[in-house]
Amino acid sequence: MEAAAQYSLEDDGAGGERLVLSGSYLISTIGFVDHELFDIEGPLSAIDVSGIEQIDTTGAYIAVRLASEHDAEMRCADPSIQRVLNAIDRTGHRADLTPPRIAVWKRVPMEMGQKVYNARSGIYGVIGFFGQILLGFASLLRHPSRFPMKALVRQMELVGVAALPIIGLMSFLIGVVIAQQGAVQLEQFGAEALTVNLVGRITLRELGVLMTAIMVAGRSGSAFAAQIGTMKLTEEVDAMRTIGLSPIEVLVIPRILACTFMMVLLGFYASMVAIVGGAVVGQLALGIPFFTFLERIQEVVPTYDLWVGLIKAPVFGLIVALAGCYHGMQVKGNSEEVGKRTTLAVVSAIFAVIVLDAFFAVFFTEVGWG
Amino acid sequence: MGPRAILPEGEPPIVVEGLVNRFGDFTVHEGLDLTVQPGEILGVVGGSGTGKSVLMRSIIGLQHPNAGTVHVLGREITGVDPDENIGVRCQWGVLFQGGALFSTLTVGENVEVPLKQFYPEIDPSLRRDIARYKVQMSGLPEDAIAKFPSELSGGMKKRAGLARALALDPKLLFLDEPTAGLDPIGAAKFDRLTKELKETLGLTVFLITHDLDTLYEICDRVAVIADRHVIAVGTIPELLESEHPWIHEYFNGPRGRAARDTHDRGEMDLHG
Repeated sequence: MEAAAQYSLEDDGAGGERLVLSGSYLISTIGFVDHELFDIEGPLSAIDVSGIEQIDTTGAYIAVRLASEHDAEMRCADPSIQRVLNAIDRTGHRADLTPPRIAVWKRVPMEMGQKVYNARSGIYGVIGFFGQILLGFASLLRHPSRFPMKALVRQMELVGVAALPIIGLMSFLIGVVIAQQGAVQLEQFGAEALTVNLVGRITLRELGVLMTAIMVAGRSGSAFAAQIGTMKLTEEVDAMRTIGLSPIEVLVIPRILACTFMMVLLGFYASMVAIVGGAVVGQLALGIPFFTFLERIQEVVPTYDLWVGLIKAPVFGLIVALAGCYHGMQVKGNSEEVGKRTTLAVVSAIFAVIVLDAFFAVFFTEVGWG
Repeated sequence: MGPRAILPEGEPPIVVEGLVNRFGDFTVHEGLDLTVQPGEILGVVGGSGTGKSVLMRSIIGLQHPNAGTVHVLGREITGVDPDENIGVRCQWGVLFQGGALFSTLTVGENVEVPLKQFYPEIDPSLRRDIARYKVQMSGLPEDAIAKFPSELSGGMKKRAGLARALALDPKLLFLDEPTAGLDPIGAAKFDRLTKELKETLGLTVFLITHDLDTLYEICDRVAVIADRHVIAVGTIPELLESEHPWIHEYFNGPRGRAARDTHDRGEMDLHG
């Protein structure tokens, strides 16, 4: 262990006192004496550092600052200490470590305005991005050989096939919960048999597709944003552009297509599994045989319920993929931005999906598919 | 906090013995031995993929070797819980290849991080002062202190990384390719800075480099890694005598000769 940092004040004649430093003036020992040293009122005529055993730049900084504050003379006999002191002597930085902060009464309206402005440019950005994708499609139609088939199949696997277990489990449990909770309520009217209508219609029309969209937004939308965002940070996207590859064609279009198409299949699959879940509850708890439950579904659920679900699915898929890719392409600067954009991609996708779902519900009822 | 490790005068601060590192079937080091002498700048060279960075990571405890021991400042690093090594950890500074600055903090705040971590008793205003002069010592302009790493150029990031490495007034400095990606003027300045720091603060420097000029200008000794171990350690004149084909090609290739000529001319200007 090093000796502690010590100091003493000695009389030095007319000019004032002399501060004698001794022991170790290292970063590990300085924290215990720096307050006392800076509290010395003086006047100090000299600072004697010759008795210091060990010194590093922190100790030297303290000595130099004391000397300049008190306008005192530095007395040093040891050349090695003098060398460290010299290294410090030239310093003069007084800048703040953090960027200047603006007063709160200015900052709040500024940030508000910024938010509004960002919302406007965000809408412009999304529309522009959608336009870029359409142009990308157009150029792919003109040059079909450039179509990124491999990437499309790969994304379909990631978005669709890899999601089957988790979406299956989720939908099965949703079917179970709807059937079980629905039966409890319907029992009060002696209408347990209507559980079949409840499960069949709600899963095909609403929950199958909606829950799948939320799951895909969490699984794939976030992955799109993070992947593309990281590629932006590592300049992969710029490298593509210089080689003449369009990032829209190579990165965005396969993801959009895969997500839009797989969402239809996943939504249908989710509805089917949910109905099976309901049928299992029917068999075990309600006394409706499994296959009777499924046959009843055919009778009580109108075909247009299936169409309602299947029409909504690709729209939701498109929104999820669009949000993921758009926010991924917006990443710039640092790794924190990737996380921020990923969150935004998921939040905005789920929000848009739920808002649109409400519009769809009203629309389909109005056109007579209620 | 554990007591600071104190090395007896004249003992080597870094001793690596019988180091073995494997990744799957691929053996990077097989029985590597290396001793770094106190107060020297040891340059470490070797072809790409010969495990220079892995060696550095083994020494600073980021990579657990398959066999062998590493002693830093007289304490064993391998297989020891990081918390028990704090007495050593507070005495080394590491500059990673890309600077590895914390991207959400400004340069000044980056320098403050190790100070806060190891010496919480230091007053915040003094800590800010320390951060300020470290940034200045590393040769960055004043306005760089409040900037975020994403606003800095590659060379400035390296200097900011150096400022953070120097934050604790370390005894040992590890530099991983400090001059890679810098312009020749910036690289020469960085070399001079390293040498100046070593001379004023008595640092021992472990320096991985590809830069032949750096080797000639500032390294006291050079260790050559090839064939999974250190094949030679010595001053450049000693290595120039070596018969080993890789060393021969390294120092006598066109770049090696150019660096030597530059160095010799510099010496002549100084003495003649």
